[in-house]
Amino acid sequence: MTLWWAIAVVCVGCYAFKLAGLAAPRWVLEHPVVSRFAELVPVALLAALVAVQMFSEQGRLHFDPARTAGLAAAVVALLLRAPFLVVLAIAAVITALVRVFSG
Amino acid sequence: MEETSHRAAAIRDGLGVGVAVGLAGLAFGAAAVTAGMSIAQACVLSLLAFTGASQFALAGAVGAGGDLAASAAGALLLGGRNTLYGLRLAGLLQAQGPRKLLVAQGVIDETTAVALAQPSPAAARAGFTATFAAVYVTWNLTTLGGAVGTSFLGDPRMLGLDVVGPATFLALLWPRLVRSAELRWLAAGGAAIALTATPFLPPGVPVLLSAVAVLVVMVR
Repeated sequence: MTLWWAIAVVCVGCYAFKLAGLAAPRWVLEHPVVSRFAELVPVALLAALVAVQMFSEQGRLHFDPARTAGLAAAVVALLLRAPFLVVLAIAAVITALVRVFSG
Repeated sequence: MEETSHRAAAIRDGLGVGVAVGLAGLAFGAAAVTAGMSIAQACVLSLLAFTGASQFALAGAVGAGGDLAASAAGALLLGGRNTLYGLRLAGLLQAQGPRKLLVAQGVIDETTAVALAQPSPAAARAGFTATFAAVYVTWNLTTLGGAVGTSFLGDPRMLGLDVVGPATFLALLWPRLVRSAELRWLAAGGAAIALTATPFLPPGVPVLLSAVAVLVVMVR
């Protein structure tokens, strides 16, 4: 498989996944179990995504002090009700600063 | 009147997310080229796959020298969550016919999070559209910029860009976590499951596995 083929498969597959959810028949959408599942799922997946992007690298658990400091700063900013973009800027700046000072 | 201000707030949220995601697009362009992809390959992924986590997963696996079929499978698994988002959004967005084909491309983490954070269906639709447009344009432009500029930008990690993705998702989740203890437990459970599974399963699978936490909450 060449890299271009892998990219083509990912592009087509990702679009098909998106369309499948939107195009599902009405009775699936209106079933209370399905709608509660679909309501809760983004919370679990987004939280998992945060955890994995924070604490793993190439399939292994990995603790990155700078990135952790950046996310901790973001949590403080969120607790202080800082605007969205300020939260992200603080996270990036703190991460970069910790990297600079820890060499 | 109130509805108008809800929609204006939703559009502001969407544009804010678009700018933020632009930073992550720079990181993706840089990561893709660093992993050995061409500038064209990085741009095609952003234009057509258009789902950040899958793109990062593919670049990461290719860069680590992973088997291409397994790399593609991991990226696809991560894209599987968009089906669940689509199920959630279908009733809100009410897209019909050919419009559905266009709207489908916009079903991603960020548009879902913004749409679901809105107080009314009209505001949800406005938020979805604004986020989709803002993210699509910035994500593609910054992918190109990041890919072309990698050699000039240096290491995106030195600029702290690798924390922007997780911080974005956390900020989007935050309002729901503040409101509900049940959702805080669900988020903690999902994160714990994904981290526990990470050393044992290929990239992409642990995140999907976190949906088990949803089943636990529903059965309880």
